Amino acid sequence: MIRSLPRSKAYRWGFKAFVIIYFLFLFAPLLVTCVLAFNNSMFPSLPWKGFTLDWFFSDGPQKVGFFHDQKNLRSIWVSLKTAVCVTLLSTVVGTCAAFLFEQESFRFKNALYFLMLAPLVIPGVILGISILLFTNTLGLFFENTFGLDIKLLSPGFWLVVFGQFSFISTLVALVVMARLRKFDPTLEEAALNLGANRLEVIWHITLRYLQPAIIGAAAVAFLMSFENFNTTLFLVGSQSTIPITMYLQVRDGSTPVINAISFILILTSSFLAVVNLIFARKED
Amino acid sequence: MLNSRKRKIRWTFVLFFTPVALWLLLLLILPHFELLRMSFVASEYAGKSGVTLENYFGFFKEIIYWRTFVRTAVFSVLVTCIVLAISLPLAFYVTKIAGVKIQGFLMVLILLPFWVSELIRVYGWMILLRESGVIGHFMIALGLWKEPVEMLYNDVVMVMGLVYTTLLFMVVPIIGVMESLDDSLIEAAYDLGAKKLTIWKEIIIPYCMPGIMSGSIIVFMIVLGSYLTPKLMGGKSSLWFTEQIYNQFILYFNWNQGSAFGFLLLLLSSVIIWIALRMTGQKLSDVVK
Repeated sequence: MIRSLPRSKAYRWGFKAFVIIYFLFLFAPLLVTCVLAFNNSMFPSLPWKGFTLDWFFSDGPQKVGFFHDQKNLRSIWVSLKTAVCVTLLSTVVGTCAAFLFEQESFRFKNALYFLMLAPLVIPGVILGISILLFTNTLGLFFENTFGLDIKLLSPGFWLVVFGQFSFISTLVALVVMARLRKFDPTLEEAALNLGANRLEVIWHITLRYLQPAIIGAAAVAFLMSFENFNTTLFLVGSQSTIPITMYLQVRDGSTPVINAISFILILTSSFLAVVNLIFARKED
Repeated sequence: MLNSRKRKIRWTFVLFFTPVALWLLLLLILPHFELLRMSFVASEYAGKSGVTLENYFGFFKEIIYWRTFVRTAVFSVLVTCIVLAISLPLAFYVTKIAGVKIQGFLMVLILLPFWVSELIRVYGWMILLRESGVIGHFMIALGLWKEPVEMLYNDVVMVMGLVYTTLLFMVVPIIGVMESLDDSLIEAAYDLGAKKLTIWKEIIIPYCMPGIMSGSIIVFMIVLGSYLTPKLMGGKSSLWFTEQIYNQFILYFNWNQGSAFGFLLLLLSSVIIWIALRMTGQKLSDVVK
Protein backbone atom coordinates (compact mmCIF):
# COMPACT_ATOMS: atom_id res chain seq x y z
CA MET A 1 0.00 0.00 0.00
CA ILE A 2 2.96 2.31 0.29
CA ARG A 3 6.09 2.62 -1.84
CA SER A 4 7.83 -0.32 -0.19
CA LEU A 5 4.83 -2.66 -0.25
CA PRO A 6 3.22 -4.54 -3.15
CA ARG A 7 0.29 -2.70 -4.67
CA SER A 8 -2.35 -3.89 -7.08
CA LYS A 9 -2.65 -2.21 -10.45
CA ALA A 10 -6.17 -1.00 -9.73
CA TYR A 11 -5.00 0.60 -6.48
CA ARG A 12 -2.16 2.43 -8.20
CA TRP A 13 -4.25 3.67 -11.09
CA GLY A 14 -7.13 4.57 -8.85
CA PHE A 15 -4.87 6.83 -6.82
CA LYS A 16 -3.30 8.32 -9.91
CA ALA A 17 -6.71 9.16 -11.37
CA PHE A 18 -7.78 10.74 -8.10
CA VAL A 19 -4.72 12.96 -7.97
CA ILE A 20 -5.06 14.00 -11.62
CA ILE A 21 -8.71 14.94 -11.09
CA TYR A 22 -7.72 16.84 -7.98
CA PHE A 23 -5.20 18.95 -9.85
CA LEU A 24 -7.61 19.55 -12.72
CA PHE A 25 -10.15 20.75 -10.18
CA LEU A 26 -7.49 22.91 -8.56
CA PHE A 27 -6.19 24.64 -11.66
CA ALA A 28 -9.14 24.72 -14.09
CA PRO A 29 -10.69 27.95 -12.76
CA LEU A 30 -7.34 29.75 -12.62
CA LEU A 31 -6.37 28.64 -16.10
CA VAL A 32 -9.69 29.63 -17.63
CA THR A 33 -9.53 33.04 -15.95
CA CYS A 34 -6.06 33.67 -17.38
CA VAL A 35 -6.86 32.43 -20.89
CA LEU A 36 -10.02 34.53 -21.21
CA ALA A 37 -8.02 37.67 -20.38
CA PHE A 38 -6.70 37.41 -23.96
CA ASN A 39 -10.00 36.73 -25.71
CA ASN A 40 -11.09 39.44 -28.14
CA SER A 41 -14.63 39.55 -26.80
CA MET A 42 -16.70 41.98 -24.74
CA PHE A 43 -17.59 39.25 -22.23
CA PRO A 44 -15.44 36.90 -20.16
CA SER A 45 -16.80 33.81 -21.92
CA LEU A 46 -16.33 31.62 -24.98
CA PRO A 47 -16.50 31.44 -28.03
CA TRP A 48 -12.88 32.33 -28.74
CA LYS A 49 -12.78 35.40 -30.95
CA GLY A 50 -9.04 35.69 -31.39
CA PHE A 51 -6.05 36.78 -29.35
CA THR A 52 -5.84 40.33 -28.10
CA LEU A 53 -3.99 42.43 -25.54
CA ASP A 54 -6.79 45.01 -25.53
CA TRP A 55 -7.89 44.14 -22.00
CA PHE A 56 -4.50 45.25 -20.79
CA PHE A 57 -3.57 48.17 -23.04
CA SER A 58 -6.60 49.42 -24.97
CA ASP A 59 -7.48 53.06 -24.37
CA GLY A 60 -11.22 52.84 -25.08
CA PRO A 61 -13.76 53.91 -26.10
CA GLN A 62 -15.23 50.42 -26.50
CA LYS A 63 -12.67 48.50 -24.50
CA VAL A 64 -10.89 50.04 -21.56
CA GLY A 65 -7.80 47.98 -20.76
CA PHE A 66 -6.48 47.58 -17.25
CA PHE A 67 -3.66 50.10 -17.65
CA HIS A 68 -6.18 52.79 -18.57
CA ASP A 69 -8.84 51.78 -16.05
CA GLN A 70 -8.57 54.57 -13.45
CA LYS A 71 -10.88 52.97 -10.89
CA ASN A 72 -9.06 49.65 -10.75
CA LEU A 73 -5.62 51.25 -10.91
CA ARG A 74 -6.50 53.48 -7.97
CA SER A 75 -7.70 50.47 -5.97
CA ILE A 76 -4.48 48.59 -6.69
CA TRP A 77 -2.54 51.59 -5.44
CA VAL A 78 -4.65 51.73 -2.25
CA SER A 79 -4.16 47.99 -1.73
CA LEU A 80 -0.40 48.31 -2.18
CA LYS A 81 -0.19 51.14 0.33
CA THR A 82 -2.34 49.20 2.79
CA ALA A 83 -0.31 46.04 2.35
CA VAL A 84 2.99 47.87 2.91
CA CYS A 85 1.73 49.47 6.13
CA VAL A 86 0.20 46.21 7.40
CA THR A 87 3.36 44.27 6.58
CA LEU A 88 5.63 46.72 8.41
CA LEU A 89 3.39 46.96 11.46
CA SER A 90 2.61 43.27 11.78
CA THR A 91 6.19 42.16 11.17
CA VAL A 92 7.48 44.41 13.94
CA VAL A 93 4.74 43.60 16.44
CA GLY A 94 4.60 39.90 15.49
CA THR A 95 8.36 39.59 16.03
CA CYS A 96 8.02 41.36 19.40
CA ALA A 97 5.32 38.86 20.32
CA ALA A 98 7.55 35.96 19.29
CA PHE A 99 10.34 37.23 21.57
CA LEU A 100 7.88 37.91 24.36
CA PHE A 101 6.41 34.43 24.38
CA GLU A 102 9.61 32.51 23.66
CA GLN A 103 12.19 34.34 25.73
CA GLU A 104 10.46 36.19 28.54
CA SER A 105 8.61 34.75 31.46
CA PHE A 106 5.94 36.69 33.31
CA ARG A 107 2.63 36.24 35.05
CA PHE A 108 -0.43 35.46 32.94
CA LYS A 109 1.82 34.49 30.06
CA ASN A 110 -0.42 31.59 29.08
CA ALA A 111 -3.55 33.71 29.20
CA LEU A 112 -1.91 36.33 27.01
CA TYR A 113 -0.68 33.67 24.60
CA PHE A 114 -4.16 32.25 24.35
CA LEU A 115 -5.46 35.72 23.63
CA MET A 116 -2.90 36.17 20.88
CA LEU A 117 -4.12 32.95 19.24
CA ALA A 118 -7.73 34.15 19.34
CA PRO A 119 -7.67 35.87 15.92
CA LEU A 120 -7.14 32.42 14.39
CA VAL A 121 -10.58 31.35 15.54
CA ILE A 122 -12.43 34.65 15.20
CA PRO A 123 -14.10 35.05 11.81
CA GLY A 124 -12.77 38.04 9.87
CA VAL A 125 -16.24 39.55 9.64
CA ILE A 126 -16.48 39.67 13.45
CA LEU A 127 -13.06 41.32 13.74
CA GLY A 128 -14.25 43.89 11.22
CA ILE A 129 -17.49 44.77 12.97
CA SER A 130 -16.05 44.82 16.48
CA ILE A 131 -13.26 47.19 15.45
CA LEU A 132 -15.80 49.31 13.61
CA LEU A 133 -18.01 49.50 16.72
CA PHE A 134 -15.11 50.26 19.05
CA THR A 135 -13.58 53.02 16.95
CA ASN A 136 -17.01 54.50 16.34
CA THR A 137 -17.73 54.69 20.07
CA LEU A 138 -14.26 56.09 20.70
CA GLY A 139 -14.75 58.67 17.96
CA LEU A 140 -18.10 59.75 19.41
CA PHE A 141 -16.52 60.01 22.84
CA PHE A 142 -13.75 62.29 21.62
CA GLU A 143 -16.18 64.39 19.67
CA ASN A 144 -18.64 64.82 22.53
CA THR A 145 -16.10 65.43 25.30
CA PHE A 146 -13.33 67.34 23.58
CA GLY A 147 -15.00 68.47 20.40
CA LEU A 148 -12.34 66.64 18.39
CA ASP A 149 -13.14 64.97 15.11
CA ILE A 150 -10.48 62.28 14.74
CA LYS A 151 -10.27 61.08 11.15
CA LEU A 152 -8.31 58.01 12.20
CA LEU A 153 -11.34 56.59 13.95
CA SER A 154 -13.80 56.67 11.08
CA PRO A 155 -13.84 54.03 8.31
CA GLY A 156 -10.98 54.60 5.91
CA PHE A 157 -7.42 53.76 5.10
CA TRP A 158 -6.02 53.51 8.63
CA LEU A 159 -8.93 51.55 9.99
CA VAL A 160 -8.44 48.98 7.24
CA VAL A 161 -4.74 48.82 8.13
CA PHE A 162 -5.52 48.27 11.82
CA GLY A 163 -8.21 45.70 11.08
CA GLN A 164 -5.91 43.60 8.92
CA PHE A 165 -2.99 44.10 11.28
CA SER A 166 -5.06 42.72 14.17
CA PHE A 167 -5.02 39.15 12.83
CA ILE A 168 -2.01 39.13 10.48
CA SER A 169 0.32 39.83 13.44
CA THR A 170 -0.70 36.51 14.95
CA LEU A 171 0.42 34.67 11.83
CA VAL A 172 3.75 36.49 11.78
CA ALA A 173 4.26 35.72 15.47
CA LEU A 174 3.60 32.00 14.95
CA VAL A 175 6.03 31.75 12.02
CA VAL A 176 8.79 33.63 13.85
CA MET A 177 8.19 31.68 17.07
CA ALA A 178 8.61 28.38 15.25
CA ARG A 179 12.05 29.53 14.10
CA LEU A 180 13.00 31.04 17.44
CA ARG A 181 12.27 27.74 19.16
CA LYS A 182 15.12 26.13 17.19
CA PHE A 183 17.55 28.86 18.19
CA ASP A 184 20.56 27.76 20.23
CA PRO A 185 20.60 29.97 23.37
CA THR A 186 24.30 29.33 23.95
CA LEU A 187 24.96 31.70 21.04
CA GLU A 188 23.28 34.50 23.00
CA GLU A 189 25.10 33.56 26.18
CA ALA A 190 28.44 33.61 24.38
CA ALA A 191 27.77 37.09 23.07
CA LEU A 192 26.66 38.29 26.49
CA ASN A 193 29.84 36.90 28.01
CA LEU A 194 31.88 38.71 25.39
CA GLY A 195 30.44 41.97 26.64
CA ALA A 196 27.52 42.68 24.34
CA ASN A 197 24.39 44.07 25.94
CA ARG A 198 21.01 42.42 25.52
CA LEU A 199 19.89 44.73 22.74
CA GLU A 200 23.10 44.22 20.77
CA VAL A 201 22.70 40.48 21.12
CA ILE A 202 19.16 40.61 19.79
CA TRP A 203 20.14 42.89 16.95
CA HIS A 204 23.35 41.15 15.81
CA ILE A 205 22.63 37.54 16.63
CA THR A 206 19.03 36.58 17.23
CA LEU A 207 17.49 38.76 14.55
CA ARG A 208 20.17 37.73 12.07
CA TYR A 209 19.27 34.13 12.78
CA LEU A 210 15.54 34.87 12.40
CA GLN A 211 15.94 36.82 9.16
CA PRO A 212 14.68 34.16 6.72
CA ALA A 213 11.62 33.45 8.88
CA ILE A 214 10.87 37.15 9.21
CA ILE A 215 11.15 37.74 5.48
CA GLY A 216 8.95 34.74 4.77
CA ALA A 217 6.39 35.91 7.30
CA ALA A 218 6.46 39.41 5.80
CA ALA A 219 5.74 37.98 2.34
CA VAL A 220 2.76 36.07 3.70
CA ALA A 221 1.58 39.15 5.61
CA PHE A 222 1.79 41.27 2.47
CA LEU A 223 -0.28 38.80 0.50
CA MET A 224 -2.85 38.26 3.24
CA SER A 225 -3.33 42.00 3.47
CA PHE A 226 -3.51 42.48 -0.27
CA GLU A 227 -6.19 39.83 -0.64
CA ASN A 228 -8.20 40.45 2.49
CA PHE A 229 -11.88 40.92 1.93
CA ASN A 230 -13.92 40.00 5.01
CA THR A 231 -12.40 42.35 7.57
CA THR A 232 -11.83 45.12 5.06
CA LEU A 233 -15.48 45.07 3.92
CA PHE A 234 -16.65 46.74 7.13
CA LEU A 235 -13.80 49.18 7.63
CA VAL A 236 -13.36 50.53 4.14
CA GLY A 237 -14.07 54.19 3.49
CA SER A 238 -14.10 55.97 0.17
CA GLN A 239 -10.77 54.41 -0.86
CA SER A 240 -11.63 50.83 -1.84
CA THR A 241 -8.98 48.15 -1.93
CA ILE A 242 -8.74 45.98 -5.02
CA PRO A 243 -10.64 42.93 -3.67
CA ILE A 244 -13.62 45.17 -2.82
CA THR A 245 -13.57 46.95 -6.19
CA MET A 246 -13.25 43.64 -8.03
CA TYR A 247 -16.02 42.08 -5.99
CA LEU A 248 -18.48 44.80 -6.94
CA GLN A 249 -17.58 44.36 -10.61
CA VAL A 250 -17.85 40.57 -10.46
CA ARG A 251 -21.20 40.77 -8.69
CA ASP A 252 -22.71 43.18 -11.16
CA GLY A 253 -21.23 41.59 -14.27
CA SER A 254 -18.06 42.82 -15.88
CA THR A 255 -15.81 42.93 -18.90
CA PRO A 256 -12.70 40.73 -19.23
CA VAL A 257 -10.70 43.54 -17.62
CA ILE A 258 -11.27 41.55 -14.41
CA ASN A 259 -9.54 38.61 -16.09
CA ALA A 260 -6.64 40.85 -17.01
CA ILE A 261 -6.27 42.01 -13.39
CA SER A 262 -6.60 38.42 -12.18
CA PHE A 263 -3.92 37.34 -14.63
CA ILE A 264 -1.51 39.95 -13.32
CA LEU A 265 -2.32 39.12 -9.69
CA ILE A 266 -1.94 35.37 -10.29
CA LEU A 267 1.46 35.93 -11.89
CA THR A 268 2.59 38.23 -9.07
CA SER A 269 1.45 35.91 -6.30
CA SER A 270 3.03 32.89 -7.98
CA PHE A 271 6.26 34.87 -8.10
CA LEU A 272 5.93 35.72 -4.41
CA ALA A 273 5.18 32.07 -3.66
CA VAL A 274 8.39 30.96 -5.35
CA VAL A 275 10.43 33.63 -3.54
CA ASN A 276 8.91 32.52 -0.25
CA LEU A 277 9.70 28.90 -1.06
CA ILE A 278 13.34 29.75 -1.76
CA PHE A 279 13.61 31.50 1.60
CA ALA A 280 11.94 28.56 3.32
CA ARG A 281 14.53 26.25 1.73
CA LYS A 282 17.33 28.49 2.92
CA GLU A 283 15.99 28.24 6.43
CA ASP A 284 16.39 24.46 6.56
CA MET B 1 25.92 42.76 38.86
CA LEU B 2 22.99 40.49 39.26
CA ASN B 3 20.81 43.44 39.95
CA SER B 4 21.81 45.37 36.85
CA ARG B 5 21.36 42.29 34.68
CA LYS B 6 17.90 41.82 36.06
CA ARG B 7 16.97 45.40 35.28
CA LYS B 8 18.21 45.03 31.71
CA ILE B 9 16.06 41.97 31.19
CA ARG B 10 13.05 43.87 32.48
CA TRP B 11 13.87 46.59 30.01
CA THR B 12 13.66 44.26 27.02
CA PHE B 13 10.51 42.84 28.52
CA VAL B 14 8.91 46.29 28.38
CA LEU B 15 10.16 46.70 24.83
CA PHE B 16 8.45 43.49 23.71
CA PHE B 17 5.45 43.68 25.97
CA THR B 18 4.22 47.19 25.16
CA PRO B 19 3.42 46.77 21.44
CA VAL B 20 1.90 43.34 22.00
CA ALA B 21 -0.25 44.54 24.89
CA LEU B 22 -1.42 47.58 22.91
CA TRP B 23 -2.28 45.38 19.94
CA LEU B 24 -4.26 42.87 21.98
CA LEU B 25 -5.96 45.47 24.14
CA LEU B 26 -6.95 48.00 21.50
CA LEU B 27 -7.73 45.71 18.58
CA LEU B 28 -9.01 42.55 20.27
CA ILE B 29 -10.17 42.90 23.88
CA LEU B 30 -11.83 46.29 23.86
CA PRO B 31 -13.52 45.89 20.45
CA HIS B 32 -15.01 42.56 21.49
CA PHE B 33 -16.27 43.99 24.75
CA GLU B 34 -17.80 46.76 22.72
CA LEU B 35 -19.43 44.16 20.47
CA LEU B 36 -20.90 42.46 23.51
CA ARG B 37 -22.05 45.74 25.05
CA MET B 38 -23.66 46.97 21.84
CA SER B 39 -25.58 43.75 21.50
CA PHE B 40 -27.33 44.53 24.80
CA VAL B 41 -28.15 48.14 23.94
CA ALA B 42 -31.57 48.83 22.50
CA SER B 43 -31.40 49.86 18.92
CA GLU B 44 -31.53 53.61 18.31
CA TYR B 45 -32.83 52.75 14.94
CA ALA B 46 -36.10 51.55 16.51
CA GLY B 47 -36.22 54.73 18.59
CA LYS B 48 -35.44 53.08 21.92
CA SER B 49 -32.60 53.18 24.39
CA GLY B 50 -31.29 51.44 27.48
CA VAL B 51 -30.18 47.92 28.26
CA THR B 52 -32.22 45.18 26.67
CA LEU B 53 -32.25 41.59 25.47
CA GLU B 54 -34.38 42.56 22.53
CA ASN B 55 -31.63 42.04 19.96
CA TYR B 56 -31.32 38.41 21.00
CA PHE B 57 -35.09 37.95 21.14
CA GLY B 58 -35.20 39.42 17.67
CA PHE B 59 -32.93 36.66 16.51
CA PHE B 60 -35.09 33.91 17.97
CA LYS B 61 -38.36 35.47 16.83
CA GLU B 62 -37.50 35.78 13.17
CA ILE B 63 -37.45 32.34 11.60
CA ILE B 64 -35.22 33.52 8.74
CA TYR B 65 -32.38 34.49 11.09
CA TRP B 66 -32.66 31.19 12.87
CA ARG B 67 -32.70 29.20 9.72
CA THR B 68 -29.70 30.99 8.26
CA PHE B 69 -27.78 30.42 11.48
CA VAL B 70 -28.46 26.68 11.60
CA ARG B 71 -27.91 26.36 7.86
CA THR B 72 -24.54 28.08 8.09
CA ALA B 73 -23.46 25.83 10.97
CA VAL B 74 -24.59 22.61 9.25
CA PHE B 75 -23.03 23.52 5.92
CA SER B 76 -19.76 24.49 7.61
CA VAL B 77 -19.51 21.11 9.29
CA LEU B 78 -20.42 19.37 6.04
CA VAL B 79 -17.79 21.26 4.05
CA THR B 80 -15.17 20.48 6.71
CA CYS B 81 -15.99 16.75 6.44
CA ILE B 82 -15.81 16.76 2.63
CA VAL B 83 -12.51 18.63 2.69
CA LEU B 84 -11.13 16.10 5.15
CA ALA B 85 -12.29 13.18 3.00
CA ILE B 86 -10.46 14.62 -0.02
CA SER B 87 -7.35 15.72 1.86
CA LEU B 88 -6.50 12.44 3.60
CA PRO B 89 -5.97 10.33 0.44
CA LEU B 90 -4.25 13.24 -1.28
CA ALA B 91 -1.82 13.74 1.58
CA PHE B 92 -1.27 9.99 1.63
CA TYR B 93 -0.47 9.97 -2.06
CA VAL B 94 1.98 12.84 -1.81
CA THR B 95 3.83 11.57 1.26
CA LYS B 96 3.69 7.78 0.86
CA ILE B 97 2.93 6.73 -2.71
CA ALA B 98 4.31 9.32 -5.14
CA GLY B 99 7.91 8.88 -6.24
CA VAL B 100 10.38 10.72 -4.05
CA LYS B 101 11.50 12.81 -7.01
CA ILE B 102 8.12 14.32 -7.85
CA GLN B 103 7.15 14.88 -4.21
CA GLY B 104 8.62 18.38 -4.07
CA PHE B 105 7.01 19.29 -7.35
CA LEU B 106 3.60 18.07 -6.14
CA MET B 107 3.97 20.17 -3.00
CA VAL B 108 4.62 23.28 -5.06
CA LEU B 109 1.57 22.53 -7.21
CA ILE B 110 -0.58 22.06 -4.14
CA LEU B 111 0.62 25.27 -2.51
CA LEU B 112 0.50 27.55 -5.53
CA PRO B 113 -3.26 28.28 -5.69
CA PHE B 114 -3.14 29.06 -1.97
CA TRP B 115 -1.43 32.30 -2.91
CA VAL B 116 -4.21 33.41 -5.25
CA SER B 117 -7.05 35.36 -3.65
CA GLU B 118 -10.40 33.75 -2.91
CA LEU B 119 -12.17 36.26 -5.12
CA ILE B 120 -10.18 35.30 -8.22
CA ARG B 121 -10.74 31.60 -7.61
CA VAL B 122 -14.48 32.06 -7.17
CA TYR B 123 -14.54 34.23 -10.26
CA GLY B 124 -12.86 31.41 -12.19
CA TRP B 125 -15.64 29.04 -11.17
CA MET B 126 -18.26 31.58 -12.16
CA ILE B 127 -16.76 31.82 -15.64
CA LEU B 128 -16.74 28.03 -15.89
CA LEU B 129 -20.21 27.30 -14.57
CA ARG B 130 -22.58 30.09 -15.45
CA GLU B 131 -25.20 29.88 -18.16
CA SER B 132 -22.91 31.37 -20.79
CA GLY B 133 -19.92 29.69 -19.17
CA VAL B 134 -17.04 27.69 -20.55
CA ILE B 135 -18.33 24.26 -19.52
CA GLY B 136 -21.75 24.96 -21.01
CA HIS B 137 -20.07 26.11 -24.22
CA PHE B 138 -18.17 22.83 -24.55
CA MET B 139 -21.21 20.74 -23.67
CA ILE B 140 -23.22 22.37 -26.42
CA ALA B 141 -20.34 22.14 -28.91
CA LEU B 142 -20.09 18.42 -28.16
CA GLY B 143 -23.84 18.03 -28.58
CA LEU B 144 -24.37 16.80 -25.03
CA TRP B 145 -26.65 19.67 -24.13
CA LYS B 146 -29.29 21.22 -26.33
CA GLU B 147 -29.39 24.57 -24.62
CA PRO B 148 -27.39 26.44 -21.97
CA VAL B 149 -27.93 25.28 -18.39
CA GLU B 150 -27.43 27.51 -15.36
CA MET B 151 -25.17 25.60 -12.99
CA LEU B 152 -24.36 28.48 -10.65
CA TYR B 153 -26.48 29.71 -7.76
CA ASN B 154 -27.40 26.53 -5.93
CA ASP B 155 -26.29 24.82 -2.75
CA VAL B 156 -24.31 22.03 -4.41
CA VAL B 157 -22.14 24.47 -6.32
CA MET B 158 -21.77 26.65 -3.25
CA VAL B 159 -20.50 23.68 -1.21
CA MET B 160 -18.10 22.81 -4.01
CA GLY B 161 -16.84 26.39 -4.07
CA LEU B 162 -16.29 26.38 -0.31
CA VAL B 163 -14.50 23.04 -0.53
CA TYR B 164 -12.34 24.45 -3.30
CA THR B 165 -11.35 27.61 -1.43
CA THR B 166 -10.45 25.77 1.78
CA LEU B 167 -8.84 22.50 0.57
CA LEU B 168 -5.30 23.72 0.99
CA PHE B 169 -5.75 24.65 4.62
CA MET B 170 -6.47 20.99 5.35
CA VAL B 171 -3.99 19.37 2.96
CA VAL B 172 -0.96 21.30 4.21
CA PRO B 173 -1.18 20.49 7.96
CA ILE B 174 -2.03 16.84 7.24
CA ILE B 175 0.95 16.47 4.90
CA GLY B 176 3.08 18.09 7.59
CA VAL B 177 2.18 15.37 10.09
CA MET B 178 1.99 12.44 7.69
CA GLU B 179 5.52 13.12 6.45
CA SER B 180 6.88 12.16 9.84
CA LEU B 181 4.87 8.91 10.02
CA ASP B 182 7.40 6.09 9.93
CA ASP B 183 6.77 3.76 6.96
CA SER B 184 7.87 0.78 9.01
CA LEU B 185 4.75 1.07 11.16
CA ILE B 186 2.59 0.53 8.08
CA GLU B 187 4.88 -2.22 6.84
CA ALA B 188 4.69 -4.00 10.18
CA ALA B 189 0.90 -3.85 10.23
CA TYR B 190 0.82 -5.11 6.65
CA ASP B 191 3.14 -8.00 7.44
CA LEU B 192 0.96 -8.94 10.37
CA GLY B 193 -1.97 -9.21 7.99
CA ALA B 194 -3.84 -5.95 8.67
CA LYS B 195 -6.28 -4.81 6.00
CA LYS B 196 -6.03 -1.35 4.42
CA LEU B 197 -9.00 -0.08 6.36
CA THR B 198 -7.54 -1.30 9.63
CA ILE B 199 -4.23 0.36 8.87
CA TRP B 200 -6.02 3.65 8.23
CA LYS B 201 -8.15 3.36 11.32
CA GLU B 202 -5.52 2.11 13.74
CA ILE B 203 -2.34 3.78 12.54
CA ILE B 204 -2.65 6.58 10.02
CA ILE B 205 -5.63 8.51 11.37
CA PRO B 206 -4.63 8.43 15.06
CA TYR B 207 -1.10 9.48 14.10
CA CYS B 208 -2.34 12.38 11.95
CA MET B 209 -4.86 13.63 14.50
CA PRO B 210 -3.02 16.88 15.34
CA GLY B 211 -2.85 17.76 11.63
CA ILE B 212 -6.46 16.74 11.09
CA MET B 213 -7.61 18.85 14.02
CA SER B 214 -5.72 21.98 13.07
CA GLY B 215 -6.83 21.61 9.46
CA SER B 216 -10.43 21.07 10.49
CA ILE B 217 -10.47 24.08 12.79
CA ILE B 218 -8.98 26.38 10.18
CA VAL B 219 -11.31 25.11 7.44
CA PHE B 220 -14.35 25.32 9.67
CA MET B 221 -13.50 28.86 10.73
CA ILE B 222 -12.93 30.03 7.18
CA VAL B 223 -16.16 28.48 5.92
CA LEU B 224 -18.22 29.78 8.81
CA GLY B 225 -16.91 33.29 8.34
CA SER B 226 -16.81 33.33 4.57
CA TYR B 227 -18.79 35.91 2.70
CA LEU B 228 -17.66 35.91 -0.91
CA THR B 229 -18.24 32.30 -1.91
CA PRO B 230 -21.81 31.89 -0.57
CA LYS B 231 -22.73 35.33 -1.85
CA LEU B 232 -21.40 34.82 -5.38
CA MET B 233 -22.10 31.11 -5.88
CA GLY B 234 -25.04 30.36 -3.61
CA GLY B 235 -28.68 30.71 -4.55
CA LYS B 236 -30.62 33.94 -4.18
CA SER B 237 -32.79 32.48 -1.42
CA SER B 238 -29.98 30.82 0.47
CA LEU B 239 -28.32 33.30 2.78
CA TRP B 240 -25.13 32.81 4.77
CA PHE B 241 -25.05 34.16 8.32
CA THR B 242 -22.26 36.61 7.54
CA GLU B 243 -24.58 38.13 4.95
CA GLN B 244 -27.20 38.67 7.66
CA ILE B 245 -24.57 40.50 9.71
CA TYR B 246 -23.58 42.57 6.69
CA ASN B 247 -27.22 43.42 5.99
CA GLN B 248 -27.84 44.57 9.57
CA PHE B 249 -24.73 46.72 9.57
CA ILE B 250 -24.64 48.18 6.10
CA LEU B 251 -28.17 47.96 4.72
CA TYR B 252 -30.43 48.48 7.77
CA PHE B 253 -27.85 50.37 9.82
CA ASN B 254 -29.07 48.43 12.86
CA TRP B 255 -25.72 47.99 14.56
CA ASN B 256 -27.15 46.61 17.78
CA GLN B 257 -28.96 43.79 16.04
CA GLY B 258 -25.84 43.18 13.97
CA SER B 259 -23.71 43.02 17.13
CA ALA B 260 -26.01 40.39 18.60
CA PHE B 261 -25.66 38.36 15.40
CA GLY B 262 -21.91 38.79 15.47
CA PHE B 263 -21.70 37.67 19.04
CA LEU B 264 -23.86 34.62 18.32
CA LEU B 265 -21.60 33.66 15.42
CA LEU B 266 -18.57 34.03 17.66
CA LEU B 267 -20.27 31.87 20.29
CA LEU B 268 -21.18 29.24 17.71
CA SER B 269 -17.65 28.98 16.39
CA SER B 270 -16.13 28.77 19.87
CA VAL B 271 -18.61 26.10 20.99
CA ILE B 272 -18.09 23.90 17.93
CA ILE B 273 -14.31 24.17 18.14
CA TRP B 274 -14.43 23.45 21.86
CA ILE B 275 -16.55 20.33 21.25
CA ALA B 276 -14.19 19.15 18.50
CA LEU B 277 -11.15 19.64 20.74
CA ARG B 278 -12.88 17.89 23.64
CA MET B 279 -13.91 14.93 21.52
CA THR B 280 -10.41 14.35 20.21
CA GLY B 281 -8.58 15.28 23.42
CA GLN B 282 -6.45 18.01 21.84
CA LYS B 283 -5.42 21.45 23.08
CA LEU B 284 -5.76 24.63 21.07
CA SER B 285 -2.16 25.63 21.73
CA ASP B 286 -0.96 22.24 20.40
CA VAL B 287 -3.20 22.43 17.39
CA VAL B 288 -1.81 25.73 16.11
CA LYS B 289 1.73 24.38 16.00
